[in-house]
Amino acid sequence: MSDLRELYQEVILDHHKRPRNFHKLEDANRHAEGFNPLCGDKIQLYLRVEDGIVRDAGFEGSGCAISTASASLMTEMLKGKTEAESEALFEKFHDLVTGKSMPDSASLGKLAVFSGVREYPVRVKCAVLAWHTLRAALQGSLERVATE
Amino acid sequence: MKSTEEVTSGEFAGTGPSIDVERVRRDFPLLEEKVHGRKLAYLDNAATTQKPRQVIDAMMQFYTSGCSNVHRGVHLLSERATANYESARSRLRRFINARDDREIVFVRGATEAINLVASSFGKAHVKPGDEILITGMEHHSNIVPWQVVCEERGARLRVVPINLAGELLVEEYEKLLNPRTSLVAVTHVSNALGTVNPVRHIVEMAHRNGTPVLIDGAQAVQHLRVDVQALDCDFYAFSGHKMYGPTGIGVLYGKERWLESMPPYQAGGDMITSVTFEKTIYAKLPHKFEAGTPDIAGVIGLGAAVDYLESLGVDRIAEHEHALLEYGTKVLQAVPGVRIIGTAPGKTSVLSFTLEGVHPHDVGTILDQEGIAIRTGHHCAQPVMDFFRIPATARASLALYNTREELDTLAAGLRRVAEVFN
Repeated sequence: MSDLRELYQEVILDHHKRPRNFHKLEDANRHAEGFNPLCGDKIQLYLRVEDGIVRDAGFEGSGCAISTASASLMTEMLKGKTEAESEALFEKFHDLVTGKSMPDSASLGKLAVFSGVREYPVRVKCAVLAWHTLRAALQGSLERVATE
Repeated sequence: MKSTEEVTSGEFAGTGPSIDVERVRRDFPLLEEKVHGRKLAYLDNAATTQKPRQVIDAMMQFYTSGCSNVHRGVHLLSERATANYESARSRLRRFINARDDREIVFVRGATEAINLVASSFGKAHVKPGDEILITGMEHHSNIVPWQVVCEERGARLRVVPINLAGELLVEEYEKLLNPRTSLVAVTHVSNALGTVNPVRHIVEMAHRNGTPVLIDGAQAVQHLRVDVQALDCDFYAFSGHKMYGPTGIGVLYGKERWLESMPPYQAGGDMITSVTFEKTIYAKLPHKFEAGTPDIAGVIGLGAAVDYLESLGVDRIAEHEHALLEYGTKVLQAVPGVRIIGTAPGKTSVLSFTLEGVHPHDVGTILDQEGIAIRTGHHCAQPVMDFFRIPATARASLALYNTREELDTLAAGLRRVAEVFN
């Protein structure tokens, strides 16, 4: 059970039960859809980007605890970040959950709670779905993102 | 609507002593494995079953003392390999009670069997404006090949709906049959729900309409006795690895007259009688559909799997699984928040379910830590998930070697999932 608590940390369970920014942004100017065909997780991500800064973020969809909490925490973290900072955070988060390197926790903030994911390789896709969708939204891609 | 035959496939007449599970489990080396330091409870049998030592040994024996190509050499090893290969074909023929060995084509699995028919039957018999009829509970492997055929041939795919218990709406099926229907492709048993379809009736209605029927038996042959002559189906497809045989081998049964009327699926060696640059004469059935060196070890392993199933008796296996299903249904329903998806009477030993407030993927990860192997996801049946308005389910699928203790472990595991999430 101790291993499981590493994966399902309180913060993750909290964001799964009460996801933040869980709504459509009526004034969004960026939007992308993410899909994980392996488990059927779907996410619609909405951003309002002004002067290269993410002013607001919201999402809708259905998914497991890891993917929902990841999207919820991501939208919280993004607000006020520049596009370049958001992209850099993607890289750090990706390294964290794939176990490629252990980024310093200061730059990750609350996202550090996802460190347990590295022990569950099949769940990495759940954690990164929202982030791949973010990248597509920032790049203005109209294609649906699929992680598989 | 069910004929007597389908009803008996769901009920279990006494057929002597029941299976000695503890003894049977010793035939399966993998069941001894530990997972995350826990005793393994393998409940993912609809994905693939474990293999008994008898199957593993038969394949090992081929590679260690009998390896040779088939249908070619005049030397002893080749003669022996050919005899073993063809003897397996005869056992498979008897297993599903086909009329003739020529009606048994070895393929890679149910998927390839369906693709063979889609491609070859499609070329010979599907015309623009025709319709191919499938059902709302098909596995993707019995959907996508028909979409491809419909696109290639200018035909239309039509779908028989299901109800909330996971049963086929037979009256809708009858309404959908029409003079343009060139083929009906239906699963015998639903992989996601366990529903046993009234295939005898489906075939009868289709034949009255002059339409041949393909049955996807991938989830059926390991659970209930299949008699293709009694069903009178035109094609029957199944995989070896879901019936305790090796991966990469399966069977397409086809009525001789249909197989004769269809062009080869693949071309190459072993499927010809003579080749010149001007003209090639194809081999007779079933070799016309078995181009290239086949999976000889796989076929021998599959033959051993049939022997194994028959030594236990398919009816006794069904009896054991049915008792487990009843018990499993009871213990799962006692777990707060569990909803069982697929409640058709007489279904096979599949328990698809959701747990309130927890995504099946999270359920699967936590159960895995307890040594419990189940499947989570859409089970390659996304239309079924859409119908029930759920993204996925968790699925425990039971086999001849499963026990009540394992189902207790599953129920306890689900209570632990609820603990983690509350």
